Amino acid sequence: MVMKTELVTLNMGPHHPSTHGVFRMRVTLDGEVVVEMEPMFGYLHRGLEKLAEGRTYTQIIPFTDRLDYVSSMAGNLAYCVAVEKLAQVEVPERAEYIRVIICELQRMVNHLIAVGFFINDLGALQTPLQYMWREREKVVDLFEMQSGQRFLYNYMRIGGVSHDLAPEFIPALKKFLDDFIGYYEEFEDLLKGNEIIQSRTIGTGVISAEQAIDYAMSGPCLRATGVNWDLRRDDSYSIYDRFDFDVIVGENGDNWDRYRVRMGEIMQSHRIIRQALEQLEELSPGSVNAELPQLLRPPVGEAYAAIEAPKGEMGFYLVSDGSIAPYRWHCRAPDFVNLCALRDMVVGGKIADLIVTFGSIDICLASVDR
Amino acid sequence: MRLKALAGTEAAPRIEEKLSGSVIESNEACMVVNKDSIAGIMQLLKESAEFDFDYINNITAVDNFDHFEVIYNVTSIAKKHTLCVKARIPGRDNPEIPSVTSIWKGADFQEREVYDLMGIRFIDHPNLKRIALWEGFEGHPLRKDFL
Repeated sequence: MVMKTELVTLNMGPHHPSTHGVFRMRVTLDGEVVVEMEPMFGYLHRGLEKLAEGRTYTQIIPFTDRLDYVSSMAGNLAYCVAVEKLAQVEVPERAEYIRVIICELQRMVNHLIAVGFFINDLGALQTPLQYMWREREKVVDLFEMQSGQRFLYNYMRIGGVSHDLAPEFIPALKKFLDDFIGYYEEFEDLLKGNEIIQSRTIGTGVISAEQAIDYAMSGPCLRATGVNWDLRRDDSYSIYDRFDFDVIVGENGDNWDRYRVRMGEIMQSHRIIRQALEQLEELSPGSVNAELPQLLRPPVGEAYAAIEAPKGEMGFYLVSDGSIAPYRWHCRAPDFVNLCALRDMVVGGKIADLIVTFGSIDICLASVDR
Repeated sequence: MRLKALAGTEAAPRIEEKLSGSVIESNEACMVVNKDSIAGIMQLLKESAEFDFDYINNITAVDNFDHFEVIYNVTSIAKKHTLCVKARIPGRDNPEIPSVTSIWKGADFQEREVYDLMGIRFIDHPNLKRIALWEGFEGHPLRKDFL
């Protein structure tokens, strides 16, 4: 006898606990199998692109904190790099080192939180995440020394950073880096060999390298498919060509690979910070900010510049009409573009894997909706 | 190694060779093209071995009062170069341009975003509807005459 089944359409979100914010998926299910999925978002759309058109270039920096609030410093840097390209500003060497240290710390935090929430979505509720939060807390303390903020730092400036390193920052950073190795090993011991994590993630949410490039995915999601592409090395913006680090790539583009790539990148960031610290200590003290007029007026023209933010390629397209405010301000958010591929990753899989796959992309709705 | 930004003046003659009349002008930073030939140009940029632009970084649009511009930033992962292509849409009423979603799937959400906020219709887009704002919202906020 043939079972009579019927497709069920289910709305997940915008207030579902696993959606990492206000994200909605309209899922069509055949039993447990996903046959169609449509992502819907915009609940957090604040019109930042329009708002930015009425503000001076420096006043926009706080907006970039509010794009991806889990890694605000990366947003700061992406925007400052774009304005510097537009206005052809030289950044002092010391500021470049500080930027690299801060941004790599931010990457470590972002990946810890991403992995923590990813494990959370797998059903290991809160426990691993709490350990990740503990490490994040230490970095937030470091950022507080620098910027005075624990969140939404507004630290970078066009042509440099707002403050030189605080005297207590370097000893605290060294202690954090030394301690972190042990904690990192602890995370690996606890999670990597876990049979449930392996069986839930290996072979689920698969996307091939060709598809990932076609979908313009970036960051760990792209590298997990085996594409060896990292703007830090391939574009070597800032001073990344001075550091020795590996680009971590996966093989199969499944949830496991995305998790492993993130864990690998944490240690590469650790490596970069160590090298940056060494090189910074040999530098003589100097300015951390380029000499710029109070109201910056970049020459008429446009520029697109992108950095390797923790979630992927974060780019800004700016158009200047020679006035104190940009004529057009556009942000290419990495997670927004990465979401394009979500449908292909989940259709045909189980609904329980949908949650995991969604978590593995690592999105921040503030940057998706802008 | 830094990504090499291909000059518009470098790419334009090679495009003109195959699709004559499609490039309006070119300069150091970008190549401005005819909006009707955008799909053909993009297909060529992606498939020809000399360009090999397999990756679409960014799609956005600018309102210049008498015309709109749709901006495409593309990258070749193998060749490590980038290019900026601009398509000019004259006039303000009912701006339209062919979609490039059939060439790069990654254009899907970005074209929807341009449609939503700038009001440019992408012909042959598989699912052209608002993405950030709700259906029924009046106007397109990123246009300069909004507000």
